[in-house]
Amino acid sequence: MKKITLSLLLTLAAISQPRPDFMISIMGTQKAVIAVPDMRGAGRAANLMEFVNGTLFRDLDDAAVFKMAPKSMYPLRTPQQPQDFRKPLQYDPNNRTAAPWLQDWSDPPVNADYLAFGYAAEQDNQIVLFGWLFNVRQPEIASAQVLGKIYFGTLDEAGARKVAHEFASDILKYFGVESLAGSKIYFVSNRSGSKEIWSMDYDGANQKQITSYKSISTMPSVSPDGSRIAFTSWAMGQPQILVHSLETLRRIPFLNPRAGTNQNASYTADGKQIAFSSSASGYSQIYMANADGSGIRRLTNTRAVEVEPKVNPKTGNEIVFVSGRGGGSPQVYRMNSDGADVQRLSTGEGQATNPSWNPQGTHVAFAWTRGYDPGNFNIFVMDVNTREFVQLTSGAGRNENPTWAPDGKHIVFSSDRGGRSQIWTMLADGSQLRQLTSAGINEKPAWSK
Amino acid sequence: MNTNKASALALALCLSFFAAGCKKKVQPPPPPVAPKATPTAEVKAPPCRPSVRFFTAEPTTIERGQASSLKWELTCAESVSINQGLGVVGTGASTAVISGNRSVFPSSTTTYTLSATSAGGTVTESVTVNVTAPGTKPPPTPQPTKASFGEVIARELQDAYFDFDKSDIREDARNVLTQNSDKLKAVFRDYPNGTVTIEGHADERGSAEYNLGLGDRRAIAAKDFLVQLGVPADRLRTLSYGKERPQCTDNNESCWQKNRRAHFSGQ
Repeated sequence: MKKITLSLLLTLAAISQPRPDFMISIMGTQKAVIAVPDMRGAGRAANLMEFVNGTLFRDLDDAAVFKMAPKSMYPLRTPQQPQDFRKPLQYDPNNRTAAPWLQDWSDPPVNADYLAFGYAAEQDNQIVLFGWLFNVRQPEIASAQVLGKIYFGTLDEAGARKVAHEFASDILKYFGVESLAGSKIYFVSNRSGSKEIWSMDYDGANQKQITSYKSISTMPSVSPDGSRIAFTSWAMGQPQILVHSLETLRRIPFLNPRAGTNQNASYTADGKQIAFSSSASGYSQIYMANADGSGIRRLTNTRAVEVEPKVNPKTGNEIVFVSGRGGGSPQVYRMNSDGADVQRLSTGEGQATNPSWNPQGTHVAFAWTRGYDPGNFNIFVMDVNTREFVQLTSGAGRNENPTWAPDGKHIVFSSDRGGRSQIWTMLADGSQLRQLTSAGINEKPAWSK
Repeated sequence: MNTNKASALALALCLSFFAAGCKKKVQPPPPPVAPKATPTAEVKAPPCRPSVRFFTAEPTTIERGQASSLKWELTCAESVSINQGLGVVGTGASTAVISGNRSVFPSSTTTYTLSATSAGGTVTESVTVNVTAPGTKPPPTPQPTKASFGEVIARELQDAYFDFDKSDIREDARNVLTQNSDKLKAVFRDYPNGTVTIEGHADERGSAEYNLGLGDRRAIAAKDFLVQLGVPADRLRTLSYGKERPQCTDNNESCWQKNRRAHFSGQ
C-alpha cells in the first residue's frame, strides 16, 4: 500500500515537473561574474570597513544578477583606485612586484567580468567612499571604467552601511536592476506582548514597531506607493480592516462594512482600490472597494469561506484568492476582476493558501500542504498561464505567507523551522535562505518598495 | 376683633399704669444662685476642657479620585480646626456641642488631625484615609450576593466542538447547545441587560486567514442553532478569533479538538 502511494506520488511529481526554463523566466539567464575585493579605509574610516565591505558584498550577492567570484581566487595585488592599474609590456600573472592589471581579474582562476573596487577615507568628520566599477574584459583602462563615484555618510556604522548601499545601488542600476536596499518588509511580531505591525529593512536591520493597539493586529498590506498600510485588527472588537499612514503613522478612515469579520485588505497596483474579504453576507466572501472603503462591490457569491484576494499588479484584471467552495479543503482560485470565469489553480490536493502575485503578474507564490499532513505548508511558485508549479521549501516546518520582493526574484515568508515562526527570505528558486528575525514570534511578512 | 382690641388695651394699661397689680400673675424669678464657698473665694467657674466625642472618616479606604467624609462631634470647644489645609471648621461657645462634616479627596494616604481648643486647653484626635491606586482592589470588601452575568455564563455554558475544517453542528454539539439554550433563557430572565458573545475558534493547522472565516462560520452556526431554540437573537453576538486565541498549543488531535470550538462569554 505504502509502495503504491509512493509510486503514485512519484508519478504525480514527474507529471508536475515543470519545463527546465520555468525558473529562467523568473530568475533570468546569464549572470555576469563580479569580483568585490575588500576595500581599505584611512583614518577613523578604517574601523568601519567591515560594515562597508559586508553591506556591499551582500547587496550585490542578494540581487541575484551576478555570480560572485570566489574571494579565495582573488589576486594578491588589489587596486584601490584607477591610477593603481599599470598596463604591463608583457603580462605576467606571477610577477608579484608588478602593478595591478585588468587581466589579473579577467583571467582564470577569477574569471570575472566586472570588478568593484575603491577605498574609504575620513574627511570633515564624514566617511567618504570612492567607488569604481570596471569592465575587466576591456583591453585598456580608458574603456574599462563603467562607474566612478564618491559617496558621503556619517562617520559611524549607519553611515558606512549607507555609502555601501548607495554604491551597490548604482552598480545594480547599471545592470537595469532596482536595488532592494531601500525596500521595507512589514510583518507581525508579538515581541512587545501583543501582535503588532512592525517594519524592517530588507536585510533584517532597523526593526521598528508601527502599531501599538495592544490587541491583535495582523495581515499587513502596503499601498504600492508605500504611503499606507492596511491590516486586520481586533482593536475595535470584531476583526476589522484598519489603515494607517506610513508617513504620520496615524490612522486613516476606512469604512468597514457591517460584518463579523473584515480582513485581508490588499491594494490594486494604482493604490485606488482595496480587495478584501468580508462576512457581511454570513460567509466570508470576496469584495472590492475604494481605498477608503466606499463603493463596495461583492465579487463572489457562494456558501463557502473565501479569503485573501490579490489583484494582478500588472494587468489589474485578474484576482487570485482562496476558497473552500465545493465543500473541499481550501484551494487557490483565480477569477476576472468582475468575479467571472472562476478557475481553480491548485490541484485540489491538501490545503492551498496565501497566494501572492509576482510584480510581473505572471507567477503566484503560495503555501500548500500538498504531499504533507494538514498544516505542514511549503512554499510553491506557479505559472498562472500554464499551471506549472515548483516547490521551493520541503521538510522544514510550516512555511507560510510568501510575498515577492519588488525585484521579482526574492520571496519573503515565515517559517517555524527553527522552533518558532520567524521571517525568512530566499531567492525565487529556493536558494540563498536568510533568517531576518529572532525575537518573539514573527509572521505575515509583506515586502514593499 | 373687639375682644382682641380690648385685651391688648388692657394689657398695655396694665403694663404702664398698674404694673404692681399685674405682677401677681407672673411667675417669680428664680432666686439668685448663691456663690459657692471656695477657699480662694473666687467666683469664676474653671473653664472646661474640650472633649472629642468622635472623629471619623467614612470610608477609611478609597480609590484615588473618590471622596471620604470626615465627621466629628465634640463639646466644650471654642475653635475646631483640621490640618491638611482644611483650617478652622467650627467655632462655638465653650458649653455647646459642635458637630460637622467635610468631604476630602486625598490623592494619597493621608492622616487628618482635628484640634479642638478652648480656654481649658487643646485636644487632638487623628484619623487616616487610605488611598489605593485606581484599578487595584481595596482590601477585602464584602462580595455582592449575586454573581456577575459574566461569571454565570462562564459557569453555566459549555463549549460546542467542531470537526476539522467544518462549521456543521455535530451531534454532541447539538446536545451541548440545547442545554445552553435552556440555561441562557433562564439567565437572560435573571439578568435583563446581559448579552452573550459567541467566540468562534479554529485549530492551528489551517491558515490564519481561512481560519478567521471558519471561526466566523462556527460562531454563526452556534448562534443560529440557539436562536432556533428560542434564544433572543438580539442578545447574542458573534466574534471570530480564528486561530489567534488557542485554548491549547500542543501539536496533537486532542489539543486541536479543544481549539475547534464555539465559546461563550457574557458581558
